[in-house]
Amino acid sequence: MSDKEPLFSSKNLKLLTNPLNVENPITVQVLGICSALAITVKLEPAVVMAISVMVVLAVSNVVISALRKLIPPRIRIIVQLTVIATMVILVDQILKAFAYDVSKQLSVFVGLIITNCIIMGRLEAFAMSNSPWTAFLDGIGNSVGYGVILIIVGFFRELLGSGEIFGYPIFEKIGIYNIGYENNGFMILPPMALIIIGIIIWVQRSRNKELIEES
Amino acid sequence: MKSFSNTYIFVFSTIMVVVVAALLSTAAMVLQPLQEKNIEIQKKRNILSSIRIENNAKNAEELYDKFISDSYVINADTEEKDESLNAFEIEMGLQMKKSPEHRSLPVFISSLDDGTKKYIVPVHGKGLWGPIYGFVSLNDDFITLYGAVFNHDDETPGLGAEINTDWFGAQFTDKKIFNNSMEFISIDLVKGGADPESLNEVDAISGGTLTSNGLEKMLYDCLGSYQTYFKNQMKNN
Repeated sequence: MSDKEPLFSSKNLKLLTNPLNVENPITVQVLGICSALAITVKLEPAVVMAISVMVVLAVSNVVISALRKLIPPRIRIIVQLTVIATMVILVDQILKAFAYDVSKQLSVFVGLIITNCIIMGRLEAFAMSNSPWTAFLDGIGNSVGYGVILIIVGFFRELLGSGEIFGYPIFEKIGIYNIGYENNGFMILPPMALIIIGIIIWVQRSRNKELIEES
Repeated sequence: MKSFSNTYIFVFSTIMVVVVAALLSTAAMVLQPLQEKNIEIQKKRNILSSIRIENNAKNAEELYDKFISDSYVINADTEEKDESLNAFEIEMGLQMKKSPEHRSLPVFISSLDDGTKKYIVPVHGKGLWGPIYGFVSLNDDFITLYGAVFNHDDETPGLGAEINTDWFGAQFTDKKIFNNSMEFISIDLVKGGADPESLNEVDAISGGTLTSNGLEKMLYDCLGSYQTYFKNQMKNN
């Protein structure tokens, strides 16, 4: 690392943009599916969840990356888990103090960020062997890639399942119920989240042939 | 890869644990007053919502002082007021764990702008994943419900969590918890649509059967422990 690399070199920018598309944690690596099913019934919790994951992942990535030369490899997983758990508890406490309503909505799922495979995966695969700045970018990139999918899924599930967007009854306002439309209760159930993710994967792969595996 | 001695690993983990513990306990201590304030405001908001007063986090305290004119605690054994207890500080969850005759039952009294009095009682029970709780307000005939608001900690969003939506709470208005022969009947949550003519049926939540069952039991248990108090009040009227 003798030659100074600019902060936003094209290599570093790739860390931000790749997870949005060809390395998307949900649609390509198929990680973090459980939370994508659980909190996407409504948009608001999906957005808060995405932000919480972003904070947890970016900070844990930086901490682990800064300590990477000090962490004994034999206990590295325990160290990673401790850092993630600490961050998650902090986020939970801060939400309870400053965004009480939202924290009530997310309830148990904030705590469950600990079990989100994306976070452990990035710490182990990236932060353990890269500098803090690149680890930070990688954390932001991956959590945005995760968040984008949550928000897309949340958008369709809330719109079609409850006829609302961010709690605003949009279908009622434009009078779509008057022509015989009814909310699709199936959208509220977890299987529909999987189906929507499946459709996103389908659309993504049909647009980007590189992602199609040889069979 | 560098190898680390066992001593190093022990020292590393000890330092890590101490740092993490210090960080978390500092955060918990610094944020605790804010969190407790939020919980207090939330409780006041729930009480206000149960008498169908629109409120938000900012005006809750002001509205609470304006509308809640009195509160006291009833001793379930003697049915008399227990002056030593503050109704707002009673945790209904703890009371419901006691045997019925040892419960201290809080009652909040509200005087609305139209001059009517509403009596608000807390309810607390078990949902599917965790506790569910809320407040139910009665008209001064002590038979008819005026409003209800429910809340939960861990119910599934979109399913059981629907108990704290407006449509669900609104169903309880004008339902009766005593039948014509003055027997306590509580409120029934009915699957597949409540009979609109019925005195005490409301719609359960589709996909939230276990939460609905828990809520029905909660109302039966909690309102049930007040029934002697309600009947005494009716006699006094």
